Amino acid sequence: MNRKISEHIEWVGKTDWELTHFHGEELSTAHGSSYNAYLVRCGGKTVLVDTVWRPYDREFVERLAATVDLHDIDFIVMNHNEVDHSGALPELMAEIPGTPIYCTAKGESIIRGHYHPEGWDIRTVRTGDRIALGDESLTFIEAPMLHWPDTMFTYFSGDGGVLFSNDAFGQHYATESLFEDRENLEGAIREALKYYVNILTPFSAQVGRKLVEIGAMNLPLALVAPSHGVIWREHIPMIMELYKAWSGGYAEERVAVVYDTMWNSTRRMAEAIADGIAEVAPRATVTLHNASKHDKNDIVTEVFRSKALVMGCPTINNELSYAVDGLLGMIKGLKLKGKSGAAFGSYGWSGEGPGLIQNRLEAAGFAPVCAPLRLQWVPDAAGLEECRAFGRGIGAAVFGAPEG
Amino acid sequence: MEKYVCTVCGYVYDPAVGDPDNGIEPGTSFEDLPESWTCPECGVGKDMFEPEG
Repeated sequence: MNRKISEHIEWVGKTDWELTHFHGEELSTAHGSSYNAYLVRCGGKTVLVDTVWRPYDREFVERLAATVDLHDIDFIVMNHNEVDHSGALPELMAEIPGTPIYCTAKGESIIRGHYHPEGWDIRTVRTGDRIALGDESLTFIEAPMLHWPDTMFTYFSGDGGVLFSNDAFGQHYATESLFEDRENLEGAIREALKYYVNILTPFSAQVGRKLVEIGAMNLPLALVAPSHGVIWREHIPMIMELYKAWSGGYAEERVAVVYDTMWNSTRRMAEAIADGIAEVAPRATVTLHNASKHDKNDIVTEVFRSKALVMGCPTINNELSYAVDGLLGMIKGLKLKGKSGAAFGSYGWSGEGPGLIQNRLEAAGFAPVCAPLRLQWVPDAAGLEECRAFGRGIGAAVFGAPEG
Repeated sequence: MEKYVCTVCGYVYDPAVGDPDNGIEPGTSFEDLPESWTCPECGVGKDMFEPEG
């Protein structure tokens, strides 16, 4: 159902409770998602901001047509042209082919590259460009790499000020209540963090600068309306502050111990290392994650929250396990800043695993805490004590010496 | 003059070529690009560039 969210704006998106993964299988979505699109009717003009993911294109257009005569839409604003937002454009443009589409120059090339349209009236805008809607207006703010080159925000001056922020401040969080204050706030924030970590972390420098730019504009803000999940209205300063913290070398008093194991030797090492860390850093939270059993996106979210990542893997054919190898690739891509790393693992003969992890972590920008620890075959009592000592060393290096 | 690579998208700024589409003449060193210049591929600022190794 399309629903009014403020005097001049209706939500005309699609809530997707069925979604379990996004970006193919790259990103798990434990709480579904939504593709938020908005209809602004003000000053005699009707404007559509964004569309929905392609599988829902027909139902989106049908519901939109039940809300407004499609020919009354004066223009469409496309803040970002990934398929989850632009996917319904072909279906919509088949109905109203002459309607202008406003987007960034990169947006135009992405629309053309995706849909190869003929005859669409695509008009490019830059930061500061403004379109009047009677006494109010829409202003465009380019936001490159938040999270694609074409991304922009659109600001509506009416209704107390509404920022259509597209993916920024979004969450994969299906909701029927639309607003964060009518939702489980903790759940929405948890998904906002997971979204930030997995989608926006590589572009934290751009996020930080954009927050400063938006702040300096002193825009009245009654609503921050992203393209996924809840719309923020009662906690706008909070989500802005969280974004500021997340984009600025974020870390809590946490350590993530991530491992894979074939016959439980590396698991037992992981647990003994966690014991050692907890011994010297009792106030820190130590979490353990089996890389091949636990959700990869939740694991990297834990790594993001932590000061240090301690990663272990048995050596398999002179290499790492599939899960640890994949996670290391994901982690490098996130370009995390200010983290420490250490490596360990059990081995049978060649034993390259821990050294490979250490090298990969260093290449990903992690500061090495100590030399890798490797133990042959199954750890005995002395081996487990060696692991605890390894953990104590990491705990002391990351959190300082224990209080006496 | 040294070439610089965008760490986000891999675009290479070549001073010999400049960025004529955005008003940067050939022969402009990376250091002399205005601070407002952004990567023509992905739009990020100069601080996201590194010298080509």
